[in-house]
Amino acid sequence: MVTDTTSAAIGDKIRCDACPVMCYIKPGAAGACDRYANHDGQLVRVDPHVVLERTVSHGGRLVPFQAGGDWDGKIVHEPSIVVTAIGAGTTYPDYKPAPFIVSSEIDGVDMVTVVTEGIFSYCGVKVKIDTDRYLGPETATVRAQGEAVGHVTTGEYGSQMLSLGGVHHLTGGSKKEGRVTCDALMDLSNCKPVELSIDGGATVVVRAGHPPVVNGVAEERMRVGCGSATIGMFAKQWRGKVDEVVVVDDHITGVLSEHQAGKLLDIPDTGIKMRGRRSTPGRYFQVAEPGTGWGGTRISDPLSVLGPFDPKTARPGMTMLMVSTTGEHAAYYELDAALRPIEKQMPPDLKLSVERIQENCEPALCTVLFMGGAGGSLRAGVTDNPVRLTRSVKDALTRVTSGGAPVYVWPGGGITFMVDVTQMPAGAFGYVPTPALVAPIEFTLKLSDYAALGGHMDFVRPLASLRDSAEIRPMPYIPGRRA
Amino acid sequence: MKRLPQAALLPDGKRLHLHDGPIDLIVEAKGKEAEIHAAYQAAVRRFTGLLDELCEELEELRHAADPARCALKGVVARRMHAAVAPFAADCFVTPMAAVAGSVAEEILGAMLGVAQLTRAYVNNGGDIALHLADGEQFTVGLMDRPDGDGLLRTTIAHADDPIRGIATSGRHGRSFSLGIADAVTVLARTASQADAAATIIANAVDLPGHPAIVRCPANALQPDSDLGARLVTRDVGELCASEIEDALDAGSRRARQLLAAGLIEGAALRLHGETVVVGTTETRQSRQLHNRALEHAMHA
Repeated sequence: MVTDTTSAAIGDKIRCDACPVMCYIKPGAAGACDRYANHDGQLVRVDPHVVLERTVSHGGRLVPFQAGGDWDGKIVHEPSIVVTAIGAGTTYPDYKPAPFIVSSEIDGVDMVTVVTEGIFSYCGVKVKIDTDRYLGPETATVRAQGEAVGHVTTGEYGSQMLSLGGVHHLTGGSKKEGRVTCDALMDLSNCKPVELSIDGGATVVVRAGHPPVVNGVAEERMRVGCGSATIGMFAKQWRGKVDEVVVVDDHITGVLSEHQAGKLLDIPDTGIKMRGRRSTPGRYFQVAEPGTGWGGTRISDPLSVLGPFDPKTARPGMTMLMVSTTGEHAAYYELDAALRPIEKQMPPDLKLSVERIQENCEPALCTVLFMGGAGGSLRAGVTDNPVRLTRSVKDALTRVTSGGAPVYVWPGGGITFMVDVTQMPAGAFGYVPTPALVAPIEFTLKLSDYAALGGHMDFVRPLASLRDSAEIRPMPYIPGRRA
Repeated sequence: MKRLPQAALLPDGKRLHLHDGPIDLIVEAKGKEAEIHAAYQAAVRRFTGLLDELCEELEELRHAADPARCALKGVVARRMHAAVAPFAADCFVTPMAAVAGSVAEEILGAMLGVAQLTRAYVNNGGDIALHLADGEQFTVGLMDRPDGDGLLRTTIAHADDPIRGIATSGRHGRSFSLGIADAVTVLARTASQADAAATIIANAVDLPGHPAIVRCPANALQPDSDLGARLVTRDVGELCASEIEDALDAGSRRARQLLAAGLIEGAALRLHGETVVVGTTETRQSRQLHNRALEHAMHA
C-alpha cells in the first residue's frame, strides 16, 4: 500500500507531496484529490478510480507497452511489475460524484449533468464457503445488516455457495438495501469480514481467504469427501482395528461393514441399523436434518442416527468408531451386554485414523470471486468500433486482468469476468454511492493488435515514463499467486 | 524532472483527458481536424505547470477574498478572485470557490488562442467552460441518475445566448459545502462565475440549526481547508416536505438575487429529490424528452 510518494509526518497528520498542493492529511482522511489518504500514518493511494464499465468507454489508461519488441505473454515485459488500473487516474471526474457531467451524447444531448452520485454497475460476488454445516436452504435470502443482499445457491463439493449483489439488490430494492449491498460487496471484495445471516439458517462471517465462522464457531476443515467416500478411502486403515465405522454426513453417511469397500475387505456384518434412507449398500441419505452439528447434520449425539443393533448378528464387546466427514467429531463405542453402544476412550490407533481424516481435509476457507460485466457500455460506447475489443478479448488477443490478477472471462456476449479477490492488491475496490462498485480492469494486448483495434498509438507510453511520474505503487509480489 | 500531467485521448478518439494532482479535465473540440489537433496541443501545453502556478499562491487563494483589491499575480488566480469578489462583501468566500471553473476557462482560452473551433468544452469535474461559434448550440441535460428513466430537464445554450459556463456544487462534491443542497447547477457567462455562484447558492440552501443535519468543522476533516473551522455539512437526515421547500426557497432567493445582479443566467437547485429552477427560459420538463427517448429506444 505504500506509495513511492514521500510524506512527512506532522503530529498525526501527514503531508502529501504527490502534487504541489501538498495537502496535510489527517489519519483516516484523504487529500484534496481524494486519491491519497493517511492510513495509520502512511500515505496510500486509495483510488481505484477506474470504473469497470467506464474503463474502456471513458479511456482508462490502458496497460502501457514497450515501444519495441513483441509480447511475451506477460502483462508487461518486466516480470516484477504489473501495471494495474488501480489508481490509474480517474478517467472521469467521478470523485465529484453528486453532480457530474457525462460528456457523451445521450438522446441528442451533448452533455448531461448528473445530480445524484456516481455510476451504475452490474456486479456481484460469488462466495464459496468450505463447510458441511448447514447454512440455510437453497434460494434462502442472505442478509447483511438485515437487508437482503443475495441468496444461497446450489451447493458444491464440500462447500456452501452464496450469490450476492447483482443489479437487483444494488438498485432494485430500497435505498438502504442498495447501500448495504454495495458495502457488503466492497468489504467482501476487499477481503474484509462481513457477517451474513441466512433466512431460516445460520449466521456466517465471511472473509475471503479466511475460515468461515458459522454461528460463532470458526470452521477448520473442509471434508475430504462425503461419508461414503471417506469409508472408501480409509477402510483399509480401519480393518482389524475396529468392527464398525460410521462416517456421519448430512449428504451420504457411510457404514463400513455394509459398504462395498468393507465387503471387499471381508469385514463381517455387525448388525448395525441405520436411520435414514438407504441409497446403495452402506450409503445412507438423510440420516438427520441438516445443521451445524456432526458432519453438517443437526445432531450432537451421533448415536441418534442408529437404530438398535440386530441381536442375531451383533454381539457384546463389538467396537464402533463414529466420525464426521472432517474428523472434527469422533467417538468410540463398545456394545454392552444389552447391545447398547457405550462410549469409551478411543484407542490410539483409531485416534490416528481420525487425525488422518483431519489431515486430509484441507483448511476450510471462504473464497470470494468478484464478478462484473464490462459489456453493456462497450456496445453502447463511444469508441469507433467497440465490439472489436470484445472480439479481441474473446479471441484471446487481449488479455483481461483485474488489479493485475488473472480473470476468467465468461464465454458469450460482453466482457463478463470473475476474479479471485485475494489475488488483488489491498483496497482494490471502491464504490460510488449510486450505489455501484468500482473495480480495476486492465486490457493487455500486443501493440500491433492495439493498432489494428484502432488504438491511440500517439498516446502509448513506455513503462519507464510511468516511473518518473509518481504513479507506481509497489505491490508485494506473491510467488505463484499472480500469473 | 518536471512533473508532467497525464494527457490521453479517450478511446472515442475525440475527447482529451488531462489529469494532474486534484485536477481532471475532459476536453472536446469540434472543427477541422488540424484545428482540433492544434487546440489539444495547446491545451496540454497550457495545462503543464498550471497546477504549480496555482500552488505558488495557494496560501493567498485560501484566504477570504478582498472584495475591492486583488494582490494575486497568476492569471488563473486573478480570475478566481474576480469570480468570487462580487460575493466577498457580504459573505465569507475564498478564491478557491472558483478554482475549477477558472482552470476550465484557462484551458479553453488556450485552445481558442491557437485554433478556429466551431464548438468546444472543457469539463473540470463538472465545472464546464463552453465555446460556441455562430449558429452552434449546446444541449445540457440534468439527469437524476445514469440508469434512471431519462433526463429530468434539459436546456439548450445557443451561440447567441450569453451562457459560456456551467457549474455544479453541492454537499456530495469533493469540496465541502456549508449548505445542504444535493446539487446546484448554475449557468453563467463564464465557467469561473458559474463555479463561484454555484458555491454561493448551494451554501444558501440550508436549514440552520436543524437537528437532522450533521455538521463538522472543515479543518477537522482537512487541516488546510480554506473554510477553516466553519461548519460543513456531512450528512442530511430525513426532512419533511415543508423543510425541503424552506431550504430550497432560501437557495432560490439567493439565486434570484444573483440573477438580478447579472451574475448568473440561471440555476437549478436540487434537494432530496425536489428540484427548483430559477431563471432559465428554455428549461423544459423532462417528461417530453423522456418520452422521446422512449420512442428512440423502441425504434432501436
